[in-house]
Amino acid sequence: MSSSSLLARPLDGLAALGRAVLDLCRTAGAVTLFALNAVSHAVRPPFHPRLLLRAFLEVGYFSLPVVGLTAVFTGMVLALQSFSGFSRFGAEGAVANVVVLSITRELGPVLAGLMVSGRIGAAFAAEIGTMRVTDQIDALTTLSTDPIKYLVTPRLLAATLAMPLLVLVADVLGVMGGYLIATLKLGFSGPTYLKATLDFVQMTDVVSGLVKAAVFGFVVALMGTWCGYNSRGGAQGVGGATTKAVVASSILILALDYVLTEAFFSR
Amino acid sequence: MNEALSAPLDAPVAEPAVPKIRLRGLRKAFGPKKVLDGVDLDVMPGSSMVILGGSGSGKSVTIKCILGLITPDSGTIEIDGRNVLAMSAREREAVLDRTGMLFQNGALFDSLPVWENVCFKLLAQKRLDRRQARDKAAQALADVGLDASVGDLSPAELSGGMQKRVALARAIASEPEIIFFDEPTTGLDPIMGAVIDGLIVDCVKRLGATAVTITHDMASARRIGDHAAMIHQGRIVWTGPAATLGQTGNPIVDQFARGEREGPIKMELRR
Repeated sequence: MSSSSLLARPLDGLAALGRAVLDLCRTAGAVTLFALNAVSHAVRPPFHPRLLLRAFLEVGYFSLPVVGLTAVFTGMVLALQSFSGFSRFGAEGAVANVVVLSITRELGPVLAGLMVSGRIGAAFAAEIGTMRVTDQIDALTTLSTDPIKYLVTPRLLAATLAMPLLVLVADVLGVMGGYLIATLKLGFSGPTYLKATLDFVQMTDVVSGLVKAAVFGFVVALMGTWCGYNSRGGAQGVGGATTKAVVASSILILALDYVLTEAFFSR
Repeated sequence: MNEALSAPLDAPVAEPAVPKIRLRGLRKAFGPKKVLDGVDLDVMPGSSMVILGGSGSGKSVTIKCILGLITPDSGTIEIDGRNVLAMSAREREAVLDRTGMLFQNGALFDSLPVWENVCFKLLAQKRLDRRQARDKAAQALADVGLDASVGDLSPAELSGGMQKRVALARAIASEPEIIFFDEPTTGLDPIMGAVIDGLIVDCVKRLGATAVTITHDMASARRIGDHAAMIHQGRIVWTGPAATLGQTGNPIVDQFARGEREGPIKMELRR
């Protein structure tokens, strides 16, 4: 084998890595411009309140069952797990504190974000992607309607506003799940458990979770609309856009959760 | 000086009519593939121009460039003598506002009932309230031979022919000056195709609009068009009266019009 071909292999690898990094930067830039454009439409008339209301109901109201069930079971599992762990060194009394802190700070917003990502991010991508491949988005332009203003802005606003409300409900249901297990199965006194919960939780815990929820809602709607808006190539393209939207928003939720936790709680 | 060639100073001088749409040197490539390679075309006010060409010849790209859905690489697009590519976004929106478009597959919004589809532009621009828009939709549906009760249906509940009629009603509801028709008879049986063609001709005449239709259906081209243009390999290779299609003397146009396998147009087939 010649020395030039030996050199070429690692250089090919580097070139591929470089291309991937450039693609990532290009996509990040394009998504940012897309988001800025959509957000700018939120303050420029004409407005579409009916579309905003419809998207709000879709994200908030119709996601309640799945987010609620997730929160209840998560609270129940947390109570069981923390009890079995803490009982080893006689700290069973901390179960209520662990449940409320975990739910409000982390699990409420993150699990609600992931559930909404699977439900709403996928639906946004599929709906807008289908509109793209059937020329409906071009038709909007020919009907003197900006597709970003009509399709993207109401969904972004709705998800950003609805997610904190969903997470507030999830927080309550998650704590209730823990309460049920603690009182019915683990022998805790109901009033004592609730008092421990309310004494321990602070406003910062709840507010940080709600801020996270708003950010996650924005990210889910952004990735759903972006992937749908840029889908190409018929049914397969729409399917790919839907998968991409869910995967990208799930990863972003987990990454941003770390960033926001650092911002709120690191000393 | 020859008196026949010199006009008196006070005689009215007939100004050459400004084309409603004028394309000059329009070029567009997607990667290495040149789709438009210098398209020149004039469409006069009130006339009906049919653009013919094989699949992938650049017909749709041409009208998407005019409508601002695709940005050409170079060339000019003039509407009423003004280059739309040099306009601000707001000016361009004003020009687009005077156009209507019938898409090949209808492109009706499946989340809205038919009547909202028909009056979408009028509602979006708040030119009508919802009650007025409903009445206007009923009138536009009647213009394309549909009952007002169709307005309450969803587009998914309509047959292909009805969807085309609704799409036509949507294209004409705002009474545009220029209407584009993309393959209006594709996917329809010959009788429904003739019905749609008849509706297009009636609507365009009634509105006094300028029409640009792209098609490869020769019967449709003869019925709809006053003039025709043939696009081949990204250029307009012939323009003339639509009635002469098939006997133009241009071998490319005549082969296309007669649907002959042999001739200057070579289909790329992979074996």
